[in-house]
Amino acid sequence: MLAEYSGVLITLVVALIIAGALLTIHVFVGPKRRFQEKLEPFECGERQIVSPRQRFAVKFYLVAILFVVFDVEALFFYPWGALFGELGWHGYWAMVVFTIPLVVGLLYEWMKGALEW
Amino acid sequence: MPWDVVAKSLFILVVAVAALAPVVTWVERKQSAVMQDRIGANRADLFGIRLLGLLHPAADVLKLIFKEDVVPIGANRVMHLVAPLIAAVAAIISFAVIPYGATYQFGDSTVNLVAADIDWGLLYIFAVGSLAAYGTILAGWASNSNWSLLGGIRASAQMISYEVTMGLSVVGVFMVFGTLKLTDMAFAQDATFRLLGFLEVFGVVDHLPRWLAWIQLPMWGVFLQPLGFIMFLTAIMAENKRPPFDIPEGESEIVAGYHTEYSGMRFGLFFMAEFIEVIVIAGLMTAIFLGGWSIPYLPQERIIGALEPLFGSGMANLLCMVAHVSTFLLKVVFMIWFQMVLRWTQPRFRYDQMMDLCWKILLPLSIANAFVTGTIILLVRSYGS
Repeated sequence: MLAEYSGVLITLVVALIIAGALLTIHVFVGPKRRFQEKLEPFECGERQIVSPRQRFAVKFYLVAILFVVFDVEALFFYPWGALFGELGWHGYWAMVVFTIPLVVGLLYEWMKGALEW
Repeated sequence: MPWDVVAKSLFILVVAVAALAPVVTWVERKQSAVMQDRIGANRADLFGIRLLGLLHPAADVLKLIFKEDVVPIGANRVMHLVAPLIAAVAAIISFAVIPYGATYQFGDSTVNLVAADIDWGLLYIFAVGSLAAYGTILAGWASNSNWSLLGGIRASAQMISYEVTMGLSVVGVFMVFGTLKLTDMAFAQDATFRLLGFLEVFGVVDHLPRWLAWIQLPMWGVFLQPLGFIMFLTAIMAENKRPPFDIPEGESEIVAGYHTEYSGMRFGLFFMAEFIEVIVIAGLMTAIFLGGWSIPYLPQERIIGALEPLFGSGMANLLCMVAHVSTFLLKVVFMIWFQMVLRWTQPRFRYDQMMDLCWKILLPLSIANAFVTGTIILLVRSYGS
């Protein structure tokens, strides 16, 4: 059972070696001439006047919440889709009932303007 | 130690990461040059040999390695280093589940050409895809730059939005093939179906011209789920943040977005991740929608059946394997080319257009697609032969 996942482990190890080696070599071989102006975050030649560690638009949080709702509901679609042949009409109507609240929720968000940017 | 698994994993990684990825960066530059009536990259040379600019990828890697390693003041040093690592690793490990060949018999042993033949292959791809979002968001957050932060939060909203539609748009494919396993999907596509076979439900097949009623198509996802193909390609390209969906980078508005503060190989890993992701997309689209390794109208049994009397069982399987892997690579190259054409012909979306496309068009359409597919499958099963 777990043997099938050994390919994943091997690819993971190889990927870590490739990426890690490139980064490590890079840290050691490059020149090191550091001074204040070079190390400042890019701000079109100005000193940073606003710290980036601050609040940003609430819409992004809203999208994250919507994502959690819809992604969890989408997860129910996967096993249903894969087993659709065995479930037949019974499974079909069950999913219709399951989807109605989902679509109503989407319409509600839409009407409320949560999807406007 | 399962050496066959090591060999299979290394084969796909060498082909995709070491051979294809540098060529893809070259194709991107050369094709844009051709499309814009320029000559394009051709300066890098080795002892005076230029090879149409094919040495540029190697020159780029060398240059990026020997650049200074700069971490901006106030940046989170650990996260700044880990972010490109996550992005690159997440892109590379997606290859583990992409099947690049069928199952072959060599004497007593069977060889199936996929690194990890796991039951929930497509879910694995989705899971790894969401890991890649961490790399981008962390890069934007850790850099301590306003441009990076803007790019990072744009990327976070974009990537999680398109993850939902990406998942829902392939539900129709799960229903048609009845599996989430990529190897099984590829096997199912090694067959043909009658294009107008579903019309039997309505009893009109007999009234059609004979040739029209008997047209056979390969059982590819793109023919069974044309809408799913378009929606999935759109969603997964948006997930990869390449033009026309490169809003998190948006170099004309927010400098370079989430990798503004990245230089040298740290930037190189983001760059690499993006191009490897292009190959992952091409491989995935091939496996789900373009029949994977299958040769149209030539199922595996027929190839081996035809070759076996001539060369014997082992050789026939070997030849079939070579043919399948070449077919797979050919389709992958086509999908890469197709993405490049899209990349150089479409202008960048505005952020609201991109979000509207995701939530107001693709999401309802993909749910509708699942139910229309379900209705057709059940009708054909109930009334068809």
